[in-house]
Amino acid sequence: MNRKDKLYESIDAAVADVPNGSTIMFGGFGGAGFPNNLIQGLARKAVQNLGVISNNCGTGDGELGILFKNRQIKRVVAAFPGPGAIYFQEQYTAGEIELELVPQGILCERLRAEGAGIPAFFSPVGVGTDVAKGKEERVIRGKRCILEQSLSADYAFIKAHTADRLGNLIYRKAARNFNPLMAMAGKTTIVEVEKIVATGELDPELIVTPSIFVDRIVVAKGLRYV
Amino acid sequence: MSKTRLTREQIAQRAALELPDGAYVNLGWGIPNLIAAYVQKNITIYFHSENGILGMGPRAAKGEEDFDLVDAMKVPVTLVPGAAFFTQDVAHMMTRGGHLDICILGGLQVSEKGDLANWRVPGTKGAGGIGGAMDIATGAKKLIVTMEHTAKNGEPKILRTCNYPLTALECVDTIVTDLAVIDVTPNGLQLREVAPGFTPDEVQALTEPRLHFTGNVPEMPVKSA
Repeated sequence: MNRKDKLYESIDAAVADVPNGSTIMFGGFGGAGFPNNLIQGLARKAVQNLGVISNNCGTGDGELGILFKNRQIKRVVAAFPGPGAIYFQEQYTAGEIELELVPQGILCERLRAEGAGIPAFFSPVGVGTDVAKGKEERVIRGKRCILEQSLSADYAFIKAHTADRLGNLIYRKAARNFNPLMAMAGKTTIVEVEKIVATGELDPELIVTPSIFVDRIVVAKGLRYV
Repeated sequence: MSKTRLTREQIAQRAALELPDGAYVNLGWGIPNLIAAYVQKNITIYFHSENGILGMGPRAAKGEEDFDLVDAMKVPVTLVPGAAFFTQDVAHMMTRGGHLDICILGGLQVSEKGDLANWRVPGTKGAGGIGGAMDIATGAKKLIVTMEHTAKNGEPKILRTCNYPLTALECVDTIVTDLAVIDVTPNGLQLREVAPGFTPDEVQALTEPRLHFTGNVPEMPVKSA
Protein backbone atom coordinates (compact mmCIF):
# COMPACT_ATOMS: atom_id res chain seq x y z
CA MET A 1 0.00 0.00 0.00
CA ASN A 2 1.21 3.46 -0.88
CA ARG A 3 0.72 5.44 2.33
CA LYS A 4 0.89 8.72 0.47
CA ASP A 5 -1.78 7.76 -2.05
CA LYS A 6 -4.61 5.74 -0.56
CA LEU A 7 -6.95 6.05 -3.52
CA TYR A 8 -8.41 2.75 -4.79
CA GLU A 9 -9.68 2.41 -8.33
CA SER A 10 -13.10 0.96 -7.43
CA ILE A 11 -15.46 0.05 -4.64
CA ASP A 12 -14.92 -3.65 -5.35
CA ALA A 13 -11.15 -3.25 -5.12
CA ALA A 14 -11.49 -1.38 -1.81
CA VAL A 15 -13.47 -4.21 -0.18
CA ALA A 16 -11.83 -7.15 -2.00
CA ASP A 17 -9.98 -8.54 1.03
CA VAL A 18 -12.79 -8.34 3.61
CA PRO A 19 -13.05 -11.90 4.97
CA ASN A 20 -16.10 -13.78 6.21
CA GLY A 21 -16.67 -13.25 9.93
CA SER A 22 -15.37 -9.66 9.95
CA THR A 23 -16.70 -7.01 12.30
CA ILE A 24 -17.41 -3.72 10.52
CA MET A 25 -18.49 -0.29 11.75
CA PHE A 26 -20.74 1.78 9.49
CA GLY A 27 -21.24 5.54 9.73
CA GLY A 28 -24.53 7.26 8.95
CA PHE A 29 -27.62 8.62 10.64
CA GLY A 30 -31.06 9.67 9.44
CA GLY A 31 -30.37 8.91 5.80
CA ALA A 32 -27.21 11.07 5.75
CA GLY A 33 -23.58 9.98 5.72
CA PHE A 34 -24.00 6.27 4.96
CA PRO A 35 -21.23 4.59 2.93
CA ASN A 36 -23.87 3.13 0.64
CA ASN A 37 -21.54 2.31 -2.23
CA LEU A 38 -19.25 0.33 0.06
CA ILE A 39 -22.29 -1.47 1.49
CA GLN A 40 -23.32 -2.41 -2.06
CA GLY A 41 -19.76 -3.66 -2.58
CA LEU A 42 -20.14 -5.99 0.42
CA ALA A 43 -23.43 -7.22 -0.99
CA ARG A 44 -21.78 -8.01 -4.35
CA LYS A 45 -18.90 -9.74 -2.63
CA ALA A 46 -21.43 -11.79 -0.63
CA VAL A 47 -19.16 -11.86 2.41
CA GLN A 48 -20.85 -13.86 5.21
CA ASN A 49 -21.24 -13.98 9.00
CA LEU A 50 -20.59 -10.28 9.59
CA GLY A 51 -20.73 -8.43 12.88
CA VAL A 52 -21.81 -4.80 12.49
CA ILE A 53 -21.67 -1.70 14.65
CA SER A 54 -24.05 0.97 13.45
CA ASN A 55 -26.59 3.40 14.86
CA ASN A 56 -29.38 1.67 12.96
CA CYS A 57 -30.07 -1.40 10.82
CA GLY A 58 -31.17 -0.09 7.43
CA THR A 59 -34.24 1.35 5.78
CA GLY A 60 -35.96 -1.23 3.58
CA ASP A 61 -33.33 -2.43 1.08
CA GLY A 62 -31.37 0.79 1.60
CA GLU A 63 -28.30 1.43 3.74
CA LEU A 64 -27.54 -1.76 5.73
CA GLY A 65 -30.90 -3.22 4.68
CA ILE A 66 -29.44 -5.04 1.68
CA LEU A 67 -26.92 -6.91 3.86
CA PHE A 68 -29.68 -8.04 6.23
CA LYS A 69 -31.86 -9.00 3.27
CA ASN A 70 -29.00 -11.17 1.99
CA ARG A 71 -28.55 -12.63 5.50
CA GLN A 72 -24.91 -11.57 5.60
CA ILE A 73 -25.10 -10.16 9.17
CA LYS A 74 -25.22 -12.27 12.33
CA ARG A 75 -24.23 -9.89 15.14
CA VAL A 76 -25.28 -6.28 15.73
CA VAL A 77 -24.39 -3.46 18.10
CA ALA A 78 -26.86 -0.59 17.58
CA ALA A 79 -28.63 2.25 19.38
CA PHE A 80 -31.79 2.39 17.31
CA PRO A 81 -32.29 -0.48 14.82
CA GLY A 82 -35.39 1.36 13.56
CA PRO A 83 -38.88 0.44 12.40
CA GLY A 84 -37.75 0.69 8.76
CA ALA A 85 -35.16 -2.05 9.31
CA ILE A 86 -37.62 -4.69 8.13
CA TYR A 87 -35.14 -7.49 7.36
CA PHE A 88 -33.27 -6.97 10.61
CA GLN A 89 -36.51 -6.96 12.67
CA GLU A 90 -37.70 -10.14 10.97
CA GLN A 91 -34.46 -12.03 11.61
CA TYR A 92 -34.07 -10.63 15.12
CA THR A 93 -37.60 -11.75 16.02
CA ALA A 94 -36.80 -15.20 14.61
CA GLY A 95 -33.74 -15.37 16.88
CA GLU A 96 -31.28 -15.42 13.97
CA ILE A 97 -29.39 -12.27 14.92
CA GLU A 98 -27.56 -11.42 18.11
CA LEU A 99 -28.21 -7.82 19.22
CA GLU A 100 -26.57 -5.56 21.76
CA LEU A 101 -28.71 -2.45 22.19
CA VAL A 102 -26.75 0.54 23.49
CA PRO A 103 -27.52 4.17 24.32
CA GLN A 104 -26.47 6.32 21.38
CA GLY A 105 -24.09 8.62 23.23
CA ILE A 106 -22.48 5.60 24.88
CA LEU A 107 -22.08 4.02 21.45
CA CYS A 108 -20.16 7.19 20.49
CA GLU A 109 -18.00 7.11 23.63
CA ARG A 110 -17.21 3.40 23.24
CA LEU A 111 -16.00 4.15 19.71
CA ARG A 112 -14.08 7.20 20.84
CA ALA A 113 -12.46 5.22 23.67
CA GLU A 114 -11.32 2.56 21.19
CA GLY A 115 -9.72 5.17 18.95
CA ALA A 116 -8.12 6.80 21.98
CA GLY A 117 -6.64 3.58 23.39
CA ILE A 118 -8.92 3.48 26.46
CA PRO A 119 -10.28 -0.06 26.99
CA ALA A 120 -13.18 0.90 29.29
CA PHE A 121 -14.73 3.78 31.23
CA PHE A 122 -17.40 4.41 33.86
CA SER A 123 -20.60 6.25 32.93
CA PRO A 124 -23.92 7.02 34.67
CA VAL A 125 -25.99 6.38 31.53
CA GLY A 126 -28.19 3.29 31.81
CA VAL A 127 -27.77 2.74 35.54
CA GLY A 128 -30.76 0.77 36.84
CA THR A 129 -31.92 -0.09 33.30
CA ASP A 130 -31.65 -3.11 31.01
CA VAL A 131 -28.33 -1.90 29.59
CA ALA A 132 -26.69 -2.17 33.04
CA LYS A 133 -27.26 -5.93 33.19
CA GLY A 134 -24.01 -7.81 33.68
CA LYS A 135 -21.92 -4.63 33.93
CA GLU A 136 -19.77 -3.70 36.91
CA GLU A 137 -21.33 -0.89 38.95
CA ARG A 138 -19.40 1.55 41.09
CA VAL A 139 -20.27 4.78 42.92
CA ILE A 140 -17.95 7.54 41.73
CA ARG A 141 -18.13 10.97 43.40
CA GLY A 142 -21.56 10.05 44.74
CA LYS A 143 -22.92 8.96 41.37
CA ARG A 144 -23.84 5.38 40.42
CA CYS A 145 -21.90 4.41 37.27
CA ILE A 146 -21.47 1.31 35.12
CA LEU A 147 -18.39 0.06 33.31
CA GLU A 148 -18.54 0.36 29.52
CA GLN A 149 -16.04 -1.41 27.25
CA SER A 150 -14.63 0.19 24.12
CA LEU A 151 -15.84 -1.21 20.78
CA SER A 152 -13.35 -2.48 18.23
CA ALA A 153 -13.83 -3.59 14.66
CA ASP A 154 -11.74 -5.01 11.85
CA TYR A 155 -13.01 -2.33 9.49
CA ALA A 156 -14.67 1.07 9.60
CA PHE A 157 -16.72 1.87 6.49
CA ILE A 158 -17.38 5.57 6.37
CA LYS A 159 -18.62 8.34 4.11
CA ALA A 160 -17.06 11.79 3.76
CA HIS A 161 -17.53 14.54 1.22
CA THR A 162 -13.98 15.39 0.14
CA ALA A 163 -10.64 13.65 0.63
CA ASP A 164 -7.12 14.41 -0.44
CA ARG A 165 -4.98 11.49 -1.61
CA LEU A 166 -3.27 11.27 1.75
CA GLY A 167 -6.65 10.66 3.41
CA ASN A 168 -7.52 13.94 5.10
CA LEU A 169 -11.31 14.24 5.20
CA ILE A 170 -13.97 16.92 5.15
CA TYR A 171 -17.65 16.15 5.67
CA ARG A 172 -20.85 17.86 4.66
CA LYS A 173 -23.42 19.18 7.19
CA ALA A 174 -25.12 16.50 9.34
CA ALA A 175 -23.65 13.73 7.16
CA ARG A 176 -20.65 13.90 9.50
CA ASN A 177 -22.40 12.17 12.45
CA PHE A 178 -20.61 8.91 13.43
CA ASN A 179 -18.10 8.89 10.55
CA PRO A 180 -15.12 10.66 12.16
CA LEU A 181 -15.49 8.52 15.31
CA MET A 182 -15.49 5.28 13.39
CA ALA A 183 -12.53 6.41 11.30
CA MET A 184 -10.55 6.56 14.54
CA ALA A 185 -11.90 3.27 15.95
CA GLY A 186 -11.61 0.86 13.02
CA LYS A 187 -8.44 -1.18 12.46
CA THR A 188 -8.73 -0.54 8.72
CA THR A 189 -10.75 2.50 7.69
CA ILE A 190 -12.22 2.67 4.20
CA VAL A 191 -13.87 5.90 3.12
CA GLU A 192 -16.09 6.64 0.15
CA VAL A 193 -16.07 10.27 -0.95
CA GLU A 194 -17.79 12.37 -3.57
CA LYS A 195 -14.64 14.27 -4.45
CA ILE A 196 -10.87 13.79 -4.30
CA VAL A 197 -8.24 16.55 -4.47
CA ALA A 198 -4.45 16.57 -4.52
CA THR A 199 -2.68 16.38 -1.19
CA GLY A 200 -2.11 19.90 0.12
CA GLU A 201 -5.24 21.33 -1.45
CA LEU A 202 -7.44 21.09 1.66
CA ASP A 203 -7.18 23.91 4.19
CA PRO A 204 -5.51 22.32 7.25
CA GLU A 205 -7.73 24.47 9.49
CA LEU A 206 -10.84 22.76 8.11
CA ILE A 207 -9.79 19.10 8.13
CA VAL A 208 -12.08 17.07 10.41
CA THR A 209 -10.47 13.63 10.10
CA PRO A 210 -6.68 13.76 9.81
CA SER A 211 -5.19 11.33 7.27
CA ILE A 212 -3.58 9.07 9.89
CA PHE A 213 -7.02 7.54 10.58
CA VAL A 214 -7.72 6.65 6.94
CA ASP A 215 -6.38 3.61 5.05
CA ARG A 216 -8.30 3.46 1.78
CA ILE A 217 -10.21 6.00 -0.27
CA VAL A 218 -12.63 5.37 -3.07
CA VAL A 219 -14.58 7.93 -5.08
CA ALA A 220 -18.22 7.17 -5.73
CA LYS A 221 -21.26 9.24 -6.45
CA GLY A 222 -23.33 9.38 -3.26
CA LEU A 223 -26.19 6.91 -3.05
CA ARG A 224 -29.09 7.94 -0.90
CA TYR A 225 -32.23 6.19 0.29
CA VAL A 226 -34.97 8.46 1.55
CA MET B 1 -70.99 19.33 29.91
CA SER B 2 -68.45 16.74 28.85
CA LYS B 3 -64.91 17.83 29.37
CA THR B 4 -62.24 17.61 26.73
CA ARG B 5 -58.65 16.83 27.45
CA LEU B 6 -55.99 18.83 25.67
CA THR B 7 -54.86 17.78 22.20
CA ARG B 8 -51.24 16.80 21.49
CA GLU B 9 -50.80 20.22 19.88
CA GLN B 10 -52.07 21.94 23.04
CA ILE B 11 -49.67 19.90 25.19
CA ALA B 12 -46.87 21.05 22.87
CA GLN B 13 -48.10 24.64 23.06
CA ARG B 14 -48.05 24.57 26.88
CA ALA B 15 -44.60 22.93 26.98
CA ALA B 16 -43.25 25.62 24.64
CA LEU B 17 -43.95 28.21 27.35
CA GLU B 18 -41.21 26.56 29.45
CA LEU B 19 -38.54 27.66 26.94
CA PRO B 20 -36.77 30.96 27.67
CA ASP B 21 -35.17 33.15 25.00
CA GLY B 22 -31.71 31.94 23.98
CA ALA B 23 -32.08 28.45 25.48
CA TYR B 24 -30.24 25.42 24.06
CA VAL B 25 -32.93 22.74 23.76
CA ASN B 26 -33.28 19.13 22.60
CA LEU B 27 -36.69 17.81 21.55
CA GLY B 28 -37.39 14.07 21.42
CA TRP B 29 -39.82 12.02 19.34
CA GLY B 30 -43.59 12.25 19.63
CA ILE B 31 -45.29 15.26 21.20
CA PRO B 32 -41.93 17.04 21.82
CA ASN B 33 -41.41 17.13 18.06
CA LEU B 34 -44.48 19.40 17.77
CA ILE B 35 -43.11 22.00 20.19
CA ALA B 36 -40.83 23.94 17.82
CA ALA B 37 -43.91 25.23 15.99
CA TYR B 38 -45.18 26.88 19.20
CA VAL B 39 -42.08 28.77 20.36
CA GLN B 40 -43.15 32.21 21.60
CA LYS B 41 -42.80 35.04 19.13
CA ASN B 42 -39.70 37.26 19.29
CA ILE B 43 -37.51 34.69 21.03
CA THR B 44 -34.83 32.40 19.60
CA ILE B 45 -34.35 28.82 20.74
CA TYR B 46 -31.20 26.98 19.66
CA PHE B 47 -32.45 23.48 18.92
CA HIS B 48 -29.98 20.63 19.23
CA SER B 49 -30.03 17.43 17.20
CA GLU B 50 -28.16 14.24 18.19
CA ASN B 51 -26.69 13.87 14.71
CA GLY B 52 -24.56 16.95 15.17
CA ILE B 53 -26.51 20.18 14.76
CA LEU B 54 -26.96 23.08 17.18
CA GLY B 55 -29.23 25.83 15.89
CA MET B 56 -31.83 23.97 13.82
CA GLY B 57 -34.50 26.15 12.24
CA PRO B 58 -37.86 25.14 10.77
CA ARG B 59 -38.39 22.26 8.38
CA ALA B 60 -37.02 22.98 4.88
CA ALA B 61 -39.51 24.21 2.29
CA LYS B 62 -40.55 21.82 -0.48
CA GLY B 63 -37.97 21.84 -3.24
CA GLU B 64 -35.29 23.26 -0.92
CA GLU B 65 -34.54 20.10 1.06
CA ASP B 66 -30.91 19.14 1.60
CA PHE B 67 -30.78 15.50 2.68
CA ASP B 68 -27.40 16.03 4.36
CA LEU B 69 -29.19 18.47 6.66
CA VAL B 70 -31.77 16.41 8.53
CA ASP B 71 -32.99 16.22 12.11
CA ALA B 72 -33.03 13.07 14.26
CA MET B 73 -36.30 12.04 12.61
CA LYS B 74 -34.80 12.25 9.09
CA VAL B 75 -36.75 15.44 8.32
CA PRO B 76 -34.84 18.00 6.19
CA VAL B 77 -34.44 21.16 8.26
CA THR B 78 -32.89 24.62 8.01
CA LEU B 79 -30.41 26.49 10.21
CA VAL B 80 -30.69 29.68 12.25
CA PRO B 81 -27.85 32.23 12.29
CA GLY B 82 -25.18 30.96 14.68
CA ALA B 83 -25.78 27.28 13.94
CA ALA B 84 -22.93 24.75 14.05
CA PHE B 85 -22.18 21.20 12.88
CA PHE B 86 -20.15 18.66 14.87
CA THR B 87 -19.72 14.91 15.33
CA GLN B 88 -22.20 12.66 17.11
CA ASP B 89 -19.96 12.26 20.18
CA VAL B 90 -19.85 16.05 20.62
CA ALA B 91 -23.63 16.13 20.22
CA HIS B 92 -23.87 13.69 23.13
CA MET B 93 -21.25 15.48 25.19
CA MET B 94 -23.84 18.24 25.11
CA THR B 95 -26.65 15.90 26.28
CA ARG B 96 -24.79 13.80 28.84
CA GLY B 97 -22.46 16.55 30.00
CA GLY B 98 -25.32 18.74 31.19
CA HIS B 99 -24.70 21.50 28.66
CA LEU B 100 -28.20 21.79 27.22
CA ASP B 101 -30.60 24.02 29.16
CA ILE B 102 -33.76 22.01 28.63
CA CYS B 103 -34.54 18.60 27.14
CA ILE B 104 -38.08 17.47 26.35
CA LEU B 105 -38.83 13.79 25.83
CA GLY B 106 -41.95 11.75 25.23
CA GLY B 107 -42.91 9.32 27.98
CA LEU B 108 -44.61 5.97 28.45
CA GLN B 109 -44.44 6.09 32.26
CA VAL B 110 -43.05 8.46 34.92
CA SER B 111 -42.70 7.50 38.58
CA GLU B 112 -43.26 9.77 41.55
CA LYS B 113 -39.49 9.95 42.03
CA GLY B 114 -39.05 11.06 38.42
CA ASP B 115 -37.93 7.74 36.93
CA LEU B 116 -38.69 7.66 33.20
CA ALA B 117 -39.69 4.75 30.95
CA ASN B 118 -39.96 5.80 27.32
CA TRP B 119 -38.30 3.36 24.94
CA ARG B 120 -40.11 0.07 24.99
CA VAL B 121 -43.59 -1.26 25.67
CA PRO B 122 -43.17 -4.79 27.05
CA GLY B 123 -44.58 -7.48 24.80
CA THR B 124 -44.33 -5.50 21.57
CA LYS B 125 -42.67 -7.05 18.55
CA GLY B 126 -39.20 -6.13 17.35
CA ALA B 127 -36.02 -5.06 19.03
CA GLY B 128 -37.05 -1.65 20.32
CA GLY B 129 -34.57 1.18 20.24
CA ILE B 130 -32.93 3.36 22.86
CA GLY B 131 -31.52 6.04 20.57
CA GLY B 132 -30.32 9.09 22.46
CA ALA B 133 -32.96 8.96 25.21
CA MET B 134 -30.79 7.47 27.98
CA ASP B 135 -27.96 9.95 27.45
CA ILE B 136 -30.40 12.85 27.31
CA ALA B 137 -32.39 11.77 30.39
CA THR B 138 -29.23 11.11 32.41
CA GLY B 139 -27.52 14.38 31.58
CA ALA B 140 -30.32 16.91 31.22
CA LYS B 141 -30.07 19.99 33.44
CA LYS B 142 -33.84 20.19 33.21
CA LEU B 143 -35.94 17.36 31.78
CA ILE B 144 -39.56 17.89 30.79
CA VAL B 145 -41.70 14.92 29.75
CA THR B 146 -44.73 15.51 27.54
CA MET B 147 -47.29 12.72 27.24
CA GLU B 148 -50.95 11.81 27.54
CA HIS B 149 -51.90 11.53 31.21
CA THR B 150 -53.25 7.99 30.88
CA ALA B 151 -52.59 5.03 28.59
CA LYS B 152 -55.00 4.04 25.82
CA ASN B 153 -56.63 1.55 28.22
CA GLY B 154 -57.20 4.34 30.76
CA GLU B 155 -54.46 3.21 33.17
CA PRO B 156 -52.38 5.98 34.79
CA LYS B 157 -48.97 6.65 33.24
CA ILE B 158 -47.80 8.55 36.30
CA LEU B 159 -47.12 5.76 38.78
CA ARG B 160 -45.51 5.04 42.14
CA THR B 161 -43.03 2.80 40.31
CA CYS B 162 -42.60 2.32 36.55
CA ASN B 163 -43.17 -1.24 35.33
CA TYR B 164 -41.92 -0.68 31.76
CA PRO B 165 -38.17 -0.87 30.93
CA LEU B 166 -36.52 2.24 32.34
CA THR B 167 -34.73 4.99 30.48
CA ALA B 168 -33.13 6.61 33.54
CA LEU B 169 -33.69 6.93 37.28
CA GLU B 170 -34.83 10.15 39.00
CA CYS B 171 -34.36 12.30 35.92
CA VAL B 172 -37.71 14.03 35.26
CA ASP B 173 -38.27 17.58 36.53
CA THR B 174 -41.64 18.45 35.03
CA ILE B 175 -44.47 16.49 33.38
CA VAL B 176 -46.80 18.23 30.92
CA THR B 177 -49.87 16.16 30.00
CA ASP B 178 -53.31 16.61 28.48
CA LEU B 179 -54.61 17.16 32.03
CA ALA B 180 -51.93 18.91 34.06
CA VAL B 181 -48.49 20.37 34.64
CA ILE B 182 -46.76 18.51 37.47
CA ASP B 183 -43.34 19.18 39.01
CA VAL B 184 -41.28 16.36 40.50
CA THR B 185 -39.87 17.67 43.80
CA PRO B 186 -37.98 16.08 46.71
CA ASN B 187 -41.32 16.20 48.57
CA GLY B 188 -43.25 14.39 45.85
CA LEU B 189 -45.35 15.44 42.89
CA GLN B 190 -46.52 19.05 42.94
CA LEU B 191 -49.59 19.89 40.85
CA ARG B 192 -48.78 23.24 39.22
CA GLU B 193 -51.65 23.61 36.70
CA VAL B 194 -54.72 21.73 35.53
CA ALA B 195 -56.29 21.62 32.07
CA PRO B 196 -59.15 24.09 31.61
CA GLY B 197 -62.35 22.68 33.10
CA PHE B 198 -60.69 19.99 35.23
CA THR B 199 -60.34 19.99 39.01
CA PRO B 200 -57.29 18.85 40.96
CA ASP B 201 -59.35 15.95 42.37
CA GLU B 202 -60.21 14.78 38.88
CA VAL B 203 -56.52 14.82 37.90
CA GLN B 204 -55.63 13.01 41.13
CA ALA B 205 -58.13 10.26 40.30
CA LEU B 206 -56.15 9.50 37.11
CA THR B 207 -52.74 9.65 38.81
CA GLU B 208 -51.48 6.78 40.98
CA PRO B 209 -49.18 8.62 43.44
CA ARG B 210 -50.42 11.46 45.59
CA LEU B 211 -50.40 14.96 44.05
CA HIS B 212 -49.58 17.85 46.35
CA PHE B 213 -51.36 21.14 45.91
CA THR B 214 -52.68 23.96 48.02
CA GLY B 215 -55.64 26.21 47.41
CA ASN B 216 -56.62 27.19 43.92
CA VAL B 217 -54.59 25.42 41.18
CA PRO B 218 -54.41 27.65 38.06
CA GLU B 219 -55.53 26.46 34.64
CA MET B 220 -53.00 25.66 31.89
CA PRO B 221 -52.83 28.73 29.61
CA VAL B 222 -53.57 27.09 26.26
CA LYS B 223 -55.43 28.33 23.20
CA SER B 224 -58.62 26.46 22.42
CA ALA B 225 -58.18 23.57 20.01
